[in-house]
Amino acid sequence: MAKLEGSLIGTVAVAAALTLAAGYAVHATYDWSRDRIAANDRARLVARLNSVLDPSLRGRDLMTTRITVADATLTDDGAPIDVFVLTENGAPAATVFATVAPHGYNAAINLLVGISPRSAVTGTRTVRHRETTGLGDAIDISKSGWITQFDGKTLRDPEVLLWAVDKDDGAFDSITGATVTSRAVVTAVKDTLLYFEQHSSEIYAAAAAAVTDDTADDPE
Amino acid sequence: MTPNSDLHAATAGIWRDNLALVQLLGLCPLLAVTTSLVNGLALGLATLIVVVLSSTAVSLLRSMLVPGIRVPLFLLLIAAIVTCVDLLTNAVLDELHEALGLFIPLIVTNCGLIAQAETVASRRPVWFALLSAVSTGLGFLAVLTLLGALREILGSGTLFAGIENLAGLGSTWLTVDVPLRGALVAILPPGAFFGMALLLALRNRLMERGAASAPTSTVTAVDTSR
Repeated sequence: MAKLEGSLIGTVAVAAALTLAAGYAVHATYDWSRDRIAANDRARLVARLNSVLDPSLRGRDLMTTRITVADATLTDDGAPIDVFVLTENGAPAATVFATVAPHGYNAAINLLVGISPRSAVTGTRTVRHRETTGLGDAIDISKSGWITQFDGKTLRDPEVLLWAVDKDDGAFDSITGATVTSRAVVTAVKDTLLYFEQHSSEIYAAAAAAVTDDTADDPE
Repeated sequence: MTPNSDLHAATAGIWRDNLALVQLLGLCPLLAVTTSLVNGLALGLATLIVVVLSSTAVSLLRSMLVPGIRVPLFLLLIAAIVTCVDLLTNAVLDELHEALGLFIPLIVTNCGLIAQAETVASRRPVWFALLSAVSTGLGFLAVLTLLGALREILGSGTLFAGIENLAGLGSTWLTVDVPLRGALVAILPPGAFFGMALLLALRNRLMERGAASAPTSTVTAVDTSR
């Protein structure tokens, strides 16, 4: 009996000691890496935002303010999305929507859409997607340049009715074998432009308010 | 055991007891990730790092690992190591983490790590566990890379695509276009099984040829759901 108790206590002691040690190791690693990971994330965000800006704006010292907007025309469920307003000397230079295309083939597609103050698309990139390998993943800039066909487009060029893929008699190429994916992205970019045209003054106001409210907040 | 047979046993993971081709372990991440050579190589490298660290830790602590709860303790160690490796690569080697990021958490699903801890690391001195882990990791890496290359050539008609995520922008020259296209199925999930079956058949054929000279160990199917 004493032996059993001893081994039971020993077992519990070993389990507790190892769990504590493992927990401490993970905690210490997390503590040490947290700030570095945050800095890396920030650098990656800046690089990503840069990729959808007009080339003349890239690398300039732009003040970036993050606000969130929620609208059922952007995401089906009206979930809030991040919008980055970039200003130079107080004047809006670009707006970047971290939007979502809800109807991807496998799942929602996360997109960045850069828009100039004149409501022209300056760039679009897929940030995260789960489209089919070899077909729908052509929306990723590392696989094909399909996503760059939006550069310079506005809701007047092509006109709104033509903001669709060629299979639906629209002005945009669809990816062979991935019409659903192409349709989802074209629709999301169109909806973003529509939202921006209707709400740009609100967005600028919200960004300006966010700056004065929270000057201590780390601008990204 | 003589030192020579010890060495023989410790290096069995490369070919004779290969994790993927003989023990049929770690198939879940293996089949899911090998859509290209670079993906396979990346998962292979990440797995190699973790199997070396976890085997060393298990071997160092082997006198403490109470038999009754050893498997939960293996899991605890492996999970803690994977988490730390994930955080550290994210903090220090951010670009590599971008490429490997998806794969590092997948390593926890690799039952081969527990097999390695159970059959080798918890019973052997550190040098043996370390050597065995390196050879097992390299053997797994080789299969991942080979299967990734096979599927990439057949399915995408490229080789080394995306190498810049792993080795920097200076390495894009490695990317080759193979004048072969049309077997998209190779990079879809069924292609993983076809490719794996080909590699298994090839290995069995090679072993059969060698069987004339030396008796082979029977290939036993291992429950991969572990």
